[in-house]
Amino acid sequence: MIRRAPVLLLAALLAGAAAAEERFIILQSTTSTRNSGLFDFILPKFRASTGIEARVVAVGTGQAIRNAARGDGDVLLVHDREAEERFVAAGHGGARHDVMYNDFAIVGPAADPARIAGARDAAAALAAIARARAVFASRGDDSGTHKAELRLWRAAGIDPAAHSGTWYRETGSGMGATLNTGVGMGAYVLTDRATWIAFGNKRGHRIAVEGDPRLFNQYGVVAVSKARHPRAKAALARRFVDWILSDEGQAAIASYRVDGQQLFFPNAARRGRVR
Amino acid sequence: MSPVVHMMLFQCINFGKEILQEMDGFWQALGRAVGLIVGGDAELIGIVGLSLRVSLGAVAVACLIGLPLGAAVGAFRFPGRAAASVVLNALMGLPPVVVGLVVYLMLSAAGPFGVLGLLYTPAAMTIAQTILVAPIVAALTRQVVEDLDREYAEQFASLGVGPLRRLTALLWDARYALLTVALAGFGRAVAEVGAVMIVGGNIAHATRTMTTAIALETSKGNLELALALGVVLVAIAVAVTGAAMTLRASAARLAYA
Repeated sequence: MIRRAPVLLLAALLAGAAAAEERFIILQSTTSTRNSGLFDFILPKFRASTGIEARVVAVGTGQAIRNAARGDGDVLLVHDREAEERFVAAGHGGARHDVMYNDFAIVGPAADPARIAGARDAAAALAAIARARAVFASRGDDSGTHKAELRLWRAAGIDPAAHSGTWYRETGSGMGATLNTGVGMGAYVLTDRATWIAFGNKRGHRIAVEGDPRLFNQYGVVAVSKARHPRAKAALARRFVDWILSDEGQAAIASYRVDGQQLFFPNAARRGRVR
Repeated sequence: MSPVVHMMLFQCINFGKEILQEMDGFWQALGRAVGLIVGGDAELIGIVGLSLRVSLGAVAVACLIGLPLGAAVGAFRFPGRAAASVVLNALMGLPPVVVGLVVYLMLSAAGPFGVLGLLYTPAAMTIAQTILVAPIVAALTRQVVEDLDREYAEQFASLGVGPLRRLTALLWDARYALLTVALAGFGRAVAEVGAVMIVGGNIAHATRTMTTAIALETSKGNLELALALGVVLVAIAVAVTGAAMTLRASAARLAYA
């Protein structure tokens, strides 16, 4: 009996994995939506409404899209519109829908070495950071936030990669880890507002730049295509997409607050209304 | 008192206060973490339970593979034996992230074992940790068995003991040392975060372990809570090791009584 115990244990592990397979979907999503607490708030409502459990794998947008493109997921909820449309165009997913938005902000140390606090032009602020050679911590991980940051550098006419390792530091990690690093070395960081508000280790860091229309941050949802990925749970995924775009799902997103602040703003197209 | 000394003293006191405040936060978080465990918080207990289930499962499977393999390399003379020892020792240093990545590619829907549907399940995590732990068990077993075999070689020769009998006798007589080997493997498994993060996905209520929960709380900036969870993890490792050592001590007493 004792000799057989490890084998039984392994069998139990495998059986457990198989039995639990039915009523759940894998949601490939981003660290911002998970770390901000949004999923902990809305997914129980989705489950109460449909009986389906949504299991979240929270990684950078780039990795989430690559995982879904390998068929390792049923739904994609990320924030890089171009990449999402390429994902759909390549046949990995059905239609892409707008779900909600929030915005990015540049946070920095109270001392503000680049003198950008209160600026509204994000690209000009980045140019000022580069001029001052003030330390800037980048995600450097091909995430949606990283892509948005690179678009801003391009708008500022600066190639930050040329300064990699000096004042421009690529952490290659998630939003929270990059914020921890940035706070630790007194660096400026481009962050999504939701992660920033829910972040618990701000120390002296504060928002320096916000309100630039280029800091708009749109989230989209795509169900993984069953035609392309036969293992995808298309019917359950469809119900998730329908729910999050429904009045109920949109209201759930709108009602999520941290410290009284709304973190995400639903903006799904209403049925029958063309946007 | 000169103004300069006064300033310095003032700063020291302020600095001390800051540290005390930080410590305060930590003790509060630790109190909360322990309170959650003692109070039977379903979420934290689930996380602790999954960590133990995955890591103990991995150690069990790794022992099934590593003990006979290590013992065979340690006890038998065959061509390429030195190379096998080097490989086993080198594999002890397998980077968890690389193992996680390889297991992910194997189990991914687009991979060769995708049909099993094991990705993002505790079974996938157990597989990854087994790959990390098996070389440790095998390499350390080889050393233990080789040393013991040298001691027993004459007896084995004079009694004309067959190879299988020799292996089992060596493993049995080295059982107390091998318990420590298994514990070393458990330590590696339960503390590892890179592999379980990739193949498990750190999914709440499904594949979140102590280490991935600590990584998550750190990334949320909840440093005190992360540290408190770390202390809980260390306490669990101490408890498991303590239980194994107690078992070993009482078994030894029985054997020699």
